[in-house]
Amino acid sequence: MLCDICNKNEATVHLTEIVNGQVVEMHLCESCAQEKASQMQVPIGFQVFLGGIAPEKKSGGAEKTEELVCPGCGLSYREFRKMGRLGCSECYEAFKDYLVPLLKNIHGSSQHTGKHPRKVAQSVQRRMRLVELRKELQKAIESEAFEEAARLRDEIKALEAQEASGGEG
Amino acid sequence: MNLEPRVDPKDIIDYLLHHQSRWLAPGPRSDIVISSRIRLARNLSNYPFPHRAQDKDLVEAREKIYSALERLDRFRDRWFIDMESIAPVDRQFLVERHLISYEHTVDGLGKGVAITPDEGVSIMVNEEDHLRMQVLVAGFDLEQAWDEINLMDEELSEHLEFAFSPELGYLTACPTNTGTAMRGSLMMHLPALVITKQINRVLQTISQLNFTARGLYGEGTQAFGNIFQISNQSCLGYSEAELLGNINRIAKQIIGQEETAREKLIRTSRIMLEDRIWRAYGLLKNARIMNSAEALEYLSMVRLGIDLGLIKEVQLKLINDLFIIIQPAHLQKISGRRLSSRQRDIKRANILRNRLNQTFIKPDMDQEERGNV
Repeated sequence: MLCDICNKNEATVHLTEIVNGQVVEMHLCESCAQEKASQMQVPIGFQVFLGGIAPEKKSGGAEKTEELVCPGCGLSYREFRKMGRLGCSECYEAFKDYLVPLLKNIHGSSQHTGKHPRKVAQSVQRRMRLVELRKELQKAIESEAFEEAARLRDEIKALEAQEASGGEG
Repeated sequence: MNLEPRVDPKDIIDYLLHHQSRWLAPGPRSDIVISSRIRLARNLSNYPFPHRAQDKDLVEAREKIYSALERLDRFRDRWFIDMESIAPVDRQFLVERHLISYEHTVDGLGKGVAITPDEGVSIMVNEEDHLRMQVLVAGFDLEQAWDEINLMDEELSEHLEFAFSPELGYLTACPTNTGTAMRGSLMMHLPALVITKQINRVLQTISQLNFTARGLYGEGTQAFGNIFQISNQSCLGYSEAELLGNINRIAKQIIGQEETAREKLIRTSRIMLEDRIWRAYGLLKNARIMNSAEALEYLSMVRLGIDLGLIKEVQLKLINDLFIIIQPAHLQKISGRRLSSRQRDIKRANILRNRLNQTFIKPDMDQEERGNV
């Protein structure tokens, strides 16, 4: 079988892509495949595709959103849309308003329910506690345990205040 | 703290060349499921993701990860290989053994891999994420793979601070992995579904259920040798146990369909099927030139022949091993030199002939295998 690109050498690399539910096959020789790989890094232009489906702007938001830049690594939201890859863990916070709908789109959910690491930063611990407390508060209200609900609400408020001040308390 | 000197990558590759990976042995349901694999992606919270990091950061993060791994109790036996320290053919060799991805062979600086001698565990360092851990076990056994990888992940998370958000889970370079950052995959041999032309229907159903089917060597590869990798697509919003439960359920369906297709073939076209299997076996044992697509196709038929009880003198383990060693980098490592495409086809035929005839006769075959290519 000859290479689909140069039609000269024997095809030794075989790619399969699913485009709109249709299976598309490509058969390439080693040198054409290498060239293709160097063009896109990943065998299939998946990352680019992914960035492309990320929302362009927040619904009802300002037009300037593409100039959003991550303070951690300097990646702009525009660059993310081009590459489909985030630059550091802080990007998730910086581009949150756009990433949450994208994650829902990809996974069907934007709430983690799996395991967590044993050691996490204090600020992360606080947020984990907040997620838990909010769940408990919901339960308390549903079962009309108002005293308990009031106690939980106060605890949540205190944690939120710490969160807002960025304190490590 | 472990102060033993690290093993030379050359010796590691040499060891691997002469040993079989543990996941190629028979396991639960290995008539249809060759192996089970779980992959977890993790990042260090205080470094940029690899594609955005400076070389200096990559090398520093790699060393940090290696030394954390050296402190793990359950990871006593392990080797480290820096990608920039080995030749391209050796990188390809590791890809062919499913120890690293193709992407990991490009732009070596700062990339590395930690593996166990039985090749059950591999941890790619500075691939798309800082850590890509995988556990591979024989047959259909995601539970075993999960138990191993989970314990390792737990222990590792005491020594390294992972990028994690309570709302979004583990943070990864690509949003498709965010959450559990877990991918469970089964490598399945589905010849009867291919022969009866039902495979496309099955694969379409899988993708509608948010699972993916890939070829033998992962993302973007052709399903040669009727081998498919089935894995979960979503990894956020479900717990790891739920995701694995879903894969198990889908896999059982596929196993059932392959079984039905095999039974139907035997019922309706037994002689045609037997002819195809024995011809494949005959070609593997006699041909002098064989390209890789052809070899994989015949090996698939022989594997089916073993599963159906037609071919009794060949062990499944040998066929599984041949699927790996007939690949280009393996052929070149066995020969100890670079081979052109034509030379590889001759060498491949040579090895197949030797190994398959060796099962009952001819002790002098080793000589021929080493000889003229």
